[in-house]
Order: sequence, then structure tokens, then C-alpha cells
Amino acid sequence: MPTVGIKRDLLFEVLQKTYTDDQFQDLCFDFGLELDEVTSEKEMLSREQGTESDQVKTASEAIIYKIDIPANRYDLLCLEGLARGLLVFLHKMEAPRYRSIPPTEGPRQQLIIKPNTAKVRPHAVAAILRNITFNQDRYSSFIDLQDKLHQNICRKRSLVAIGTHDLDTIQGPFVFDAKPPDEIKFRPLNQQKELTATQQMELYSGDSHLRHYLPIIRDKPVYPVIYDRNGVVLSMPPIINGEHSKITLNTRNVLIECTATDLNKATTVLDQLVSMFSQYCSQPFIVEQVDVVRPDKTSITYPKLAYREEELLVEDVNKKIGIQESPETIAQLLTKMCLKSKVVENGSKLLVEVPPTRADVIHCCDIIEDVAIAYGYNNVQYTMPKTNCIADQFQINHLTDQLRNAVAQAGFTEVLTFALCSRDDIADKLGHNIENTRAVHISNPKTSEFQVARTTLLPGILKTLANNRKMPLPLKLFEISDIVLQDPDKDVGAGNERHLCAVNYNKAPGFEVIQGLLDRTMQMLEVKSCKDDDQGYYIRSSQDDATYFPGRCAEIVARGKVIGKMGVLHPDVIQKFELTLPCAAFEITLEPFL
Amino acid sequence: MAELQEALLHQVQNKDRISTLDLVTLLNNDHQKIVGAIKSIQSYPENVINCTQETTKRWELTEEGETVLKKGSHEAVLYHAVPSGGALQSQIMKDVPNAKIGFSKAMSAGWIEIDKKAEGGPRITKKVDHIEDKVQLCLEQIKAPHLDDIQEKQLADFKKRKLICEVKLNIFHITKGTEFKLKLDKPEADLTPEMISSGSWRTKTFKPFNFDALGVPPTSGHLHPLLKVRSEFRQIFLEMGFTEMPTNNFIESSFWNFDSLFQPQQHPARDAHDTFFISDPATAHEFPMDYLERVKKVHSEGGYGSQGYKYDWKIEEAQKNLLRTHTTAVSARMLYKLAQQKEFRPVKYFSIDRVFRNETLDATHLAEFHQIEGVVADYGLTLGDLMGIIYEFFKKLGIEKLRFKPAYNPYTEPSMEIFSYHEGLKKWVEIGNSGVFRPEMLLPMGLPQDVQVIAWGLSLERPTMIKYGIDNIRDLIGPKVNLQMIYDNPLCRLDKKII
Repeated sequence: MPTVGIKRDLLFEVLQKTYTDDQFQDLCFDFGLELDEVTSEKEMLSREQGTESDQVKTASEAIIYKIDIPANRYDLLCLEGLARGLLVFLHKMEAPRYRSIPPTEGPRQQLIIKPNTAKVRPHAVAAILRNITFNQDRYSSFIDLQDKLHQNICRKRSLVAIGTHDLDTIQGPFVFDAKPPDEIKFRPLNQQKELTATQQMELYSGDSHLRHYLPIIRDKPVYPVIYDRNGVVLSMPPIINGEHSKITLNTRNVLIECTATDLNKATTVLDQLVSMFSQYCSQPFIVEQVDVVRPDKTSITYPKLAYREEELLVEDVNKKIGIQESPETIAQLLTKMCLKSKVVENGSKLLVEVPPTRADVIHCCDIIEDVAIAYGYNNVQYTMPKTNCIADQFQINHLTDQLRNAVAQAGFTEVLTFALCSRDDIADKLGHNIENTRAVHISNPKTSEFQVARTTLLPGILKTLANNRKMPLPLKLFEISDIVLQDPDKDVGAGNERHLCAVNYNKAPGFEVIQGLLDRTMQMLEVKSCKDDDQGYYIRSSQDDATYFPGRCAEIVARGKVIGKMGVLHPDVIQKFELTLPCAAFEITLEPFL
Repeated sequence: MAELQEALLHQVQNKDRISTLDLVTLLNNDHQKIVGAIKSIQSYPENVINCTQETTKRWELTEEGETVLKKGSHEAVLYHAVPSGGALQSQIMKDVPNAKIGFSKAMSAGWIEIDKKAEGGPRITKKVDHIEDKVQLCLEQIKAPHLDDIQEKQLADFKKRKLICEVKLNIFHITKGTEFKLKLDKPEADLTPEMISSGSWRTKTFKPFNFDALGVPPTSGHLHPLLKVRSEFRQIFLEMGFTEMPTNNFIESSFWNFDSLFQPQQHPARDAHDTFFISDPATAHEFPMDYLERVKKVHSEGGYGSQGYKYDWKIEEAQKNLLRTHTTAVSARMLYKLAQQKEFRPVKYFSIDRVFRNETLDATHLAEFHQIEGVVADYGLTLGDLMGIIYEFFKKLGIEKLRFKPAYNPYTEPSMEIFSYHEGLKKWVEIGNSGVFRPEMLLPMGLPQDVQVIAWGLSLERPTMIKYGIDNIRDLIGPKVNLQMIYDNPLCRLDKKII
């Protein structure tokens, strides 16, 4: 969920009202936002740098509201959009109508896409903001919004990258091409010299901000680049813009280009940017069009700023929320959410206009949600579903719950250990080879603790013992939980198995203690001790398991199948788990007892 | 002991008040033993005697002092060792114990004299015929103790000679109690089978119990606190008529974990930063293909009234195996299964099981935690129904003050975060998430158009940590748990104010 920092006083000025923090929090809550923190630039900086730094001493103390915005509401990611949304919600203004128009004189500017871009970043869209007036706050907000969009919908510039340029420094038509890195040379933003793309990639590998974007194009044969008619480089997306066309506080005409691997998202991003900042144009909310000429010579005009109509049954809206409101009221509620609506077909239907800013609305259910938000979730009457069902427990969980109680009644203490662990935990430390464990391996563990899913409960319990060596003896622990094994018969190639593992840790190993618990468990499961019968259980000496001390290991056979092992742990195992005393253990699968 | 007690009581009988020091003389016994006898008389249930304590100092003979008392002072011993005709000094010094002190003291007392020029070496002879061993006499008096005649100077001298030392003494003054008697019955420690059968318990007295002591802890096993809370939540769902879902599959395909839930393939949750992907077995190999095609279509082109996400949906992404990030993956499988039945029948499902996130870890976040989830599928369910059932659910946890906040979730619309008022913190805290599953998720499965599915979820760890006041999740789950915490953990009674 993105968080935006907004200057409180600026926001209140636009909202034409001063709120206390609590009042503003309540307003946010009803609108589906969260006032996360009340802070200031000074406070934020001093948290990073300490109170002594010069930068902190001169920093502004103006109050900043940090507000959590739902991940799909790109229209609320800047002061302009947030204030607009709240003003409409509070009935203080009508949602503006965003329009894109051709230039007043001459043909549209062109952005020509060359075929080579298909190899790296095939899409581009563009638009122009004419006669815009920036000041410091507006300018900062414009930069911040681009950053927020880059981080969220643009997926860290991988899907879409935004470039903004002072149109008066460059001349169209513009060309979006892709070239080998050494053939691209220009003076990048905030640098003194011209550098080739290769040199820039080298330079930015040490840049805390830009280095994250380098992998998007690094290994491509060609890099995306946008030129003007005179060969001036506008930008090398998604990395950096050129210094030449940089926008300043004095910039009056802005060219916005978005290059992308996802055209739909690029269109949305462009629509968001221009609808937010066309507010500061001499003709507010009017945007100048640009023609994008594709490699196949077809031309499309941007920004689309498309309004879409959705038709809803009034009855549907009421039924899905659980309210009884008139079509007119519902239409008013939707208008409050920037979704202009009118009642049609004798009041049975609503015609809702979805503006380009509300890219999150992709289905009628999104509109119904907005009705509910505008109505107020907390004004909806609680009702009970009439759904009548007979409940069932999941069999293995039912058995587990009963058995946990029985084992605890037998004097053992239940522990809860992690399902993920290191390869060593399930292999080396137990004297096994990882190849023979049927373990499921994780491809992207951040630490060795998350290399595999456990194939046995024993290591987790032994680690619990190691952390509790100071407790009075004996320590008798157990766990009933799932382990994971590769299983080609399952659709995902792996499955869980419910295990019971118990250990006795004392001055003497206590094989008989562990065996006693096994006997008790079998008694609870109504399996008799009997060697000859297919229905009984018995243990038999087992030779080849390095986890256990030679001659002190047995296989547990129940109903004719080996269900697990028991024995005195091998001294090497005890030491590898940082234990000092003898220990006996058993581990069985519970699957056959369902 | 019993004899001493009786003798003592006889002494007390005749006096209004008597001290333990007096009793030492009267009973001719050691002070310590007399005090012991008093304590045991006091341990009887009756008020036989009353005592007041007084702390005094007194002189006691050292080991050397005791020897002097028995055998005489070193100087007297030396004097008596000298035969009438005298003896060689060297001989005397060799034969007599403590001769060095004895010689110098006897010399200064004028009891003996020495002839240094005698033939064969210096000779000692008696100077007087008769001596009085004042040191021995004084020590006798100190021991008695009758200090009246002893001078301070003498005490200081004896102390210097290490014949006596000063000790603190607790003495007791005894008076008769309200139930004074001369004979005491020995109290019984406990009731025995014989006493019951013979009825002798009727006439016996019993030692009083110490009700302040703790009992003997029973040897017992213990259940883990988090799993005790899990049992309670299971119980609540069962009471509400919810059937448990089979969540015993930690490994899931991206298809069921994300795609089937209408979560687009570029969604940040599908990043390696947030999700554990599996390298072996890396992919799932079996999908209901016709359903998969419908999922692909709704993502890339829309349908069922939806615009879709308009992107190039790839089966390779859907095949990627992972550790499930939520149990909703299982809910999706269950709802798909439900849609395959000939006739739709309403269901209520729940699950409580592990989920995995490859997130940054801190005091309240682990890479794995338990998710609690409730799902209802029926015709015509409303948002009000969802809020109503959530209200009933939390009421069973003792939480009745709820508030719902609009939220965003890719697979539910409307979506609501659940807040409850925390009386301790005096603020609203988030306790869960909820929503109505999107048509883009349900309709491709084949569920009827007018069936709504409502769901809510929360973590098991958070309410447990709040309930038991645990700040660090590692104190609750995993190998670093303190077993004493498990041993001491009370019953899980969720209705007794969980938050």
C-alpha cells in the first residue's frame, strides 16, 4: 500500500477547511484511507541523520500528513488528486471533465516508434500540457507523483517509465528508437558531460536510486532512446532523462512521454499524470494531443482520457450491499465518488460514467463498492446469512487434535516449530544425504533458514531442546504437524504428510520412555501390539540410519507398513544440534490411521 | 525432648514470668536446647505459653577458656608442674603445655623464681607454698554467669588472652498461656488409614498446616499456547456451522495462489521479494485446462462484465510453484470444486493453517504464520451479511465494538478492513480483512451468476500475542520458545477479553 506525504496546510487550504488530526483521520477512514503518521520534514530527516546535521537544522517544520492510499487508487497519489477526490466526496466541487484536444494551431506533435524498440520496450504514448504554471510546491508534487507511479503501477519502471520535458527546448517530431549502448551519447540529467549509454550504466551502478532500474535493460542488445528532430536526446528510458530538456519552475509547456512493455498501463499512467496536472494549465483539465506513429505506420492519438459507461441494475446494487436506497440517492452517492451517474429506464437502472482517472473501476462490482463507501460501510445494517450448513471437521485435523491431547496427557509437552529450515537441518545434521530426502527446495531464500520445507519434525524439536537446556530434566517434547515431500502424483509435484514426533532428553536416553509413548499412541489408535497380525504394530531392529546410535534404532511397523523410526540418537546428531545429553526419539506418519 | 518440655512447663507453672537464662540454671541445661523446647511447645495448636523475646549480649568461654576452666590457668598448671626441689627450666618448658604463657604469668604473679646460674642450666623453683588460681575462678563465674564480681579490666584481659568472647543471645521471657497445661500430647503429622479405622483421630491433635506454602506441582504434559488458541477458533467455526477445508498442502501453484484469484501476473505480491518460489519441483503440471483458459481470458481480455487487466497472460507464470502466501488458494480450489457439482449447494467453509511470506522479519513478523479464514457461498449474500457474520464471529471472542474501513484487495470487491476498539490502547486497531469475492474470480469457475461468496480472514498469531501479552513472536513460535512459558500458560478462554 503506497504512502504519500502531503503538506497539511496546503491540503487544508485546498479543502477550504481546517481539521484536527482526529477529524481528518475519521474523514480518511470513511473514504478508505488511513492517516498513518503526522510528521514534518525536519522530524523525518532527523530520524535518518540525527538532530545535529545541518540539513536537519534548516529543514522545514511544516506538518506533513503521511496517508496510506489503496494500491489501486492511482488518482489519489498526489495532493492534487487527493484533494480533488475529497472535495467531490464532501460535495464541495463537481468532478472535473478531462478532455484532450488538438493544438490550437498547426498539426499535432508526433512521436514516431521505430521497429527496433520491439527488442526492448515496444510501446510509447505521449501528451502535452500547454501553458502550465509551476511553483515550488506544484513542481515537487509533479516529481513526487511520477515517482509514486513508477514505484506502483509502473512496477519500478519495468512496465512503464515516464519522461517529462520542457517542450520549448526541443522540436518535434520525436523519434522513439532503440540503439546499441555505445551509439547512444548525451548529457544525462544533473551531469556535466556527455556520456555514452555504456558509461552511464557504469556510472549509475553506484547510484542508490538508479541502480535498481539498470537490470531492466542492461543485458539487451539495444537500449531505448528518444530523440527530437535535431538529434537531441530527450531520454533513455527507463533509466534517465537528458539534461537538455529538463523542466524547471519556469517551464510553460511540458511534453510527457511514457515508454512501456505494457501498453494498457502506459495509457493509464499518462491519463493519470495529465488529469492531475492539467489543473495548472491556462485552460484547466484540457490536454494537448500527440500522435504516436507505430512501426506499421498506423497512428494513434494520445492521451485517450476515455470515459466509459457502465449500466447497473438498481436492484442489484441494493441487494449486493444489503440496503434499500432510491435510484436517485444511489446516483448521488456515486457522483460523490467521482462516478457521474444518472437514473434511466424508469428508475430501474443507473448509467454510470467511469472517468479516465478511475482505472481501478473494471467491473460493476467496483461501482457497487463505491456506493457502499459513499453510503458508509458503518451505516449498513448487520444481517445474518440464512445459509444453513452442517459442519464437518477435516479428518486429519480432527485426529490431530485428539491425539495432541492424548500425548500431552501422557506427560509430553507440545512445541511448535518452523516448516522451513536449512538443508543442513534435515540432512547433514541428521547424518543423511540431501539427495535422498525428497525435500522441496526454495529458489529464493533470503537466509539459509529458508532453504527447504522440512521433511521431518525432529530437527525443529532438537533445536527447541537446545534453547531450553537449562530447564529441569527430563525434557519430554512432541509435535504433531505437517512435513512436505516431493510427490509426482500431486498436481504441484509435492504434498504434505502429517507426522507425530516425540523426544525424551535426560541423563539416560530413555528408549523405554519413548517406546512407552509409542505403545500408548498405538493404544489410542486401537492398534494392537502384535507381530504376526497385519492389523497390529511392532518394532524391529534397523541398521542403516545414521541419525540413530548403532544397535539402538528400530523401524516401527503398523498394519504391515513401516510408519516411522525410533531409537537413541547418535552422539554426532546430539552434538550437531548443540545438545549434551542422551536423547531418544520416534517419528511416525499419521496418514495411515485415518 | 518431651522430658525437657515437661520440666520446663513445671518451672513455668510456679512463676508469673521466667526467662530462659533462669531456666539454664534451674534445669541445668543448655540455653539452645531450652529455646528449642519452647519453640516446639509453641508449635502446638493450643496457647500453652506466651513468649517475649529480648536480645542480650553475654560472655562465653572460648575453647581455650574451657580448657582453663577444667584444668586451671596455664600459670597454675606450670606452677603445679614444678616439683618441690625445683626443676630445669628446659625440662619444664618441654613438658608443660602452654608453658611460655604459663611461665611469664607465673613469674609476674611471683609464684616461681628462676636461678639462671644453677649448675646444668637455669632452674625453676616454687617461690610460694600455695596459690589461688583467680583466672580459673573468674572463668567459673563468667560461665555461670555471675558477672557482678568481675571487673571490666579482667574481662578485657581475658578477652585479650582469647579465653572469652562476646556473643549475642536471644533470650525469652515466658508466661503461662490461656490454655496452659503441664502435659502435651504429641501432635500427629497427618491422618493415617489406622486412625480412620480405629477412630483414634477423634482424640488426637494434629500439627497445624502451613497454608502459605505452595502445593507439589503435578507431573504433566502441556499443549502449546498458539495451538490452544487454534483449537478455540476451530471450535468457534464449528459452533457456527462451518466445515473445515483441507489445507494440508503448503506447496501451491501460482495458478491457484494468484491467477485463479484474479491477481494479475505483474502484481507486486508475485515478486520474489514477497513470495517463496520453489526450485524443485519448480512447476505444477496439472490444471483443469478449460478453467485455466477462462482464467487466462478474464485476465487478458476481460469478460463476465469486466474490462480485465489487458495484458499478455502467460501459462509459464501460472505454473510456477511456490509456498502458498495465503490459505485463500485452498478456498479457490474448494470453490472451483463446488462449481463442478451438478447442483450448487450453499457452503460455509473455514481453515486455520500455515502460510508463507518472503518478507522482512521483525519482532512481530515471521516468514511463516497461521491464517484464519472463513468463507460463505450462497445465493444473494450481501455486504450486510458479511458484516453480520463477522460481528457474530468476533462476539465469540468477546469483541463487540467493530468498525469497517474500505480497503483494496485484488480478489475482493467490496473489501473491508475490520477494526476493533482496543480498551487498553484507547484506539481502533486492525484485526482482520474481509470482502466479497470478485465475479472475475467466481464466474470462470462456473459458479452460478447470482451466487455471492463472502470471506474474512485474520492471523492466529496476532490475537494470541495480544491475549498472552507476548511482544516478540519468537517467544511464541519456533525453537527459541521458553518451555517454562508453555508450562505456565493458562487455559485459552477467548470470551474472557482477548483484546
